[in-house]
Amino acid sequence: MSVVNPLVSNEPPLIQSKRPTGVILGALGLGRTRIGLGLVLIIAAIAIFGPLIAPHGPADFIGLPNTGPSGAARFGTDHLGQDVWSRFLDGGREILLLASAATLLGLAIGTSLGLLAAYSKGALDDVLMRSMDVILAFPSIMLALVAIATLGASGWLIILAVGLTNVPRVARVTRAAAQPIVERDFVAAAEAIGVPRWRILFGEILPNVLSPLMVEASLRLTYSIGLIAGLAFLGFTPNPNGADWGLMIQENQIALVVQPWGVVLPIIAVALLTMGTGMVGDGIARAAAGIDRVRAE
Amino acid sequence: MSAPAPAIVVDRLRINVRGTTRDIVDDISFEIAPGEVLGLVGESGSGKTTVGLALLGHARRGVQIAGGSVRLGDVNVLALNEGELAHLRGRLISYVPQDPAAALNPALRIGTQLREILEAHNFGANAEARRERVYEMMREVALPDNNAYLSRYPHELSGGQQQRVGLAIAFACRPRVIVLDEPTTGLDVTTQAHVLGTVRDLATAHGVAALYVSHDLAVVGTLATRVAVMYSGRIVELGPVLDLFQAAAHPYTQRLIFAIPHLTGGRELVGIGGRAPSPGRRPPGCAFAPRCAYAQERCTVSVPELRPIAVGHQVRCVRAEEVRSQTLRRGTDGARGDRTLGAPILVLSDVTAGYRRRTVVHDINIELARQECLALVGESGSGKTTLARSVAGLHSQRGGQITLNGAPLAMSARNRTREHRRMIQYVFQNPYGSLNPRRTIGHIIRQPLEIFGRLQGDAADKKVAEMLDRVALTAAYAERFPDQLSGGERQRVAIARALVCEPSVLVCDEVTSALDVSVQAAIVELLASLQRDLGLSMLFVTHNLPLVRSIAQRVAVMSEGRIVELGSVEQILESPVNPYTRRLLSDTPSLEVALSAATSS
Repeated sequence: MSVVNPLVSNEPPLIQSKRPTGVILGALGLGRTRIGLGLVLIIAAIAIFGPLIAPHGPADFIGLPNTGPSGAARFGTDHLGQDVWSRFLDGGREILLLASAATLLGLAIGTSLGLLAAYSKGALDDVLMRSMDVILAFPSIMLALVAIATLGASGWLIILAVGLTNVPRVARVTRAAAQPIVERDFVAAAEAIGVPRWRILFGEILPNVLSPLMVEASLRLTYSIGLIAGLAFLGFTPNPNGADWGLMIQENQIALVVQPWGVVLPIIAVALLTMGTGMVGDGIARAAAGIDRVRAE
Repeated sequence: MSAPAPAIVVDRLRINVRGTTRDIVDDISFEIAPGEVLGLVGESGSGKTTVGLALLGHARRGVQIAGGSVRLGDVNVLALNEGELAHLRGRLISYVPQDPAAALNPALRIGTQLREILEAHNFGANAEARRERVYEMMREVALPDNNAYLSRYPHELSGGQQQRVGLAIAFACRPRVIVLDEPTTGLDVTTQAHVLGTVRDLATAHGVAALYVSHDLAVVGTLATRVAVMYSGRIVELGPVLDLFQAAAHPYTQRLIFAIPHLTGGRELVGIGGRAPSPGRRPPGCAFAPRCAYAQERCTVSVPELRPIAVGHQVRCVRAEEVRSQTLRRGTDGARGDRTLGAPILVLSDVTAGYRRRTVVHDINIELARQECLALVGESGSGKTTLARSVAGLHSQRGGQITLNGAPLAMSARNRTREHRRMIQYVFQNPYGSLNPRRTIGHIIRQPLEIFGRLQGDAADKKVAEMLDRVALTAAYAERFPDQLSGGERQRVAIARALVCEPSVLVCDEVTSALDVSVQAAIVELLASLQRDLGLSMLFVTHNLPLVRSIAQRVAVMSEGRIVELGSVEQILESPVNPYTRRLLSDTPSLEVALSAATSS
């Protein structure tokens, strides 16, 4: 009965959460973010502008299968005699597009559910989060595979399946970050004047959880790229006859010893891309937590 | 006071921001005799805690002790290395921190923690002697001295008991000097009165020199024999309690005393305008000059030296004599004119409220008259905030009826009509939590206008500027974010947000408890004038009884969820009937009581 107002002190809170713009600027000051961003931009540029500079069409037969690098084919030909370099330049667009869309979908649904769970507390919170746990309990690649194997590999289905596997983790992170925010008085102040529920969720609470969400977004992107490349490797791609990095690896792995380029090029691209997004995420996380503050000053 | 050699002498202490020549505190000199309590008073950011820690040879992260000396007997504390300091701390000089809950190890029994300090300093001949000393310490701080109590964990103790354990640890090795850093800030007045008594008894009984760091002049007045007032890193005035409070010679001290609410004699509070410069960024010359009514050109040129003005009374002001005579002349003004009460606007009948199965507010029946300010006073846990939140529709587990202009109010704000929501506005206790850190001030004040569909576009912007002006801020604040504002400014913004939709009833929940005294006075001043000018009805919730006189017409005293006494301010403060009210009044530290005690002794 005797401690008055433990929440109130004369000093402002020591840990001031930073504004998202400040976090981004802080992250850009870190070497790892710059390198990561550079990697992502290079691979993205290859994926986007590659088809424009490709010497051949992705499905053009230009020589014998599995020949080594030559004047006509810089990195040789693949198992059907198509130009590896041209197919590589052509094969990134799809994976990048699908991964981004799946990440955005996962973020949108996950954030909404997480905010709703944190704000409603009680029964709705329990129902939402326990169902997230159920989804989490299955390996995500299994879920995606079951969906795609049953319904066929269309672009939309891949986005939906991969996006949904992202939802539980995003929802958890959002809920955890939003829980202390929900208890703060400005939320009560908004309730007292009757601000609609959705505006409290997205107008008052969401801006305060953006920093952890940015970190989670880059993690989810990294993960989605890996998952979609993996699905393509297993043959699940919207366009089974087209060029796709995951598909290329699978098609050309038989001739790995004779003509490694068909496998190595897409592997390098996917590896650099995931490393890049990972490093950007790490940079944002460090900037948000203030880990490198002392060194940066 | 001159007979014994001082226990500790601080001489020209200077502390800088690490790696720079910018000082946080400068030219701090004082001494404390054995058995004497020196109060070190200052508002947040004045450097008082920094000085307190420096006495133990400690500098917080980011600062370094740059000059001067702290002499403990014939040892210069500042010249010791870490090992020697560790040996010194706890044995010759010890520290009681502000938050006892954070200072005690939650995983260790309190007996273990008490023994630990004795063992660390090899106090007592053997384990048996140390055990005896632990019992003795418990008795000295008025806690039970049995093993069952000693084997409790800190969380099994109340805040006051935890702070007593903190005191016991600090006094365990019979140090010569003890630094107390606002040890009663988090405690209720009753608990605070007991802990303060213990501190004073221990210091006098064992001849311990105590430095009592606090922002609360009234507390320091009841406890200390001498007071040093700090402003922006320097001591501006140092003198005996009585002399300092009755004849303050520094303009800052004078304003600080005028800003303290009095229990007796109706007097309107006067805040201090402007803002204290942050340490290391103070203007050349006297740091208080920009806010000072006595300031002259020479004040901005060089820093005045600390000079004697009476026996044992030093001051850092070039016009100290004038200030001193001004303070002496100022009497108390007449009591606030009573206003006849209008018809009730808000009626609470048989209101109960609780959390799940626990009822914390029982059968409250009160009426709030039109244009009346009713103060709701009680200690923490009395249910006053729960009651206030029920009125505002923020606490939905309640029974009974609340009517506004005769119309019953729904329990939760969401179920009330838009008009009802607009007419009752709520100002929160903590301005650090009640403003969304990601929204600009302009957006925060505009939001109610949009929600209630009052104004849009340019008209809304104009209204926001007008409201900012009304709460003594400028239109330029609309662009800023809450973290760019001081606590007082944030609370002004919160008040502007509440008033922008022209409510009829304003509920203020402990709106000043997170603020410094001078800021508190300014906010109360603002609320009182707004209430007068706008004809607001106000429910003013507070634990600070003296504050009530400056703003309210009637007082309801709450204890354990019930109203124990209700009456006019004069009646409650001057002739309380209920024993609880009496106890609350007598335990409240106040300058008058401190002064009359000092005069009689």
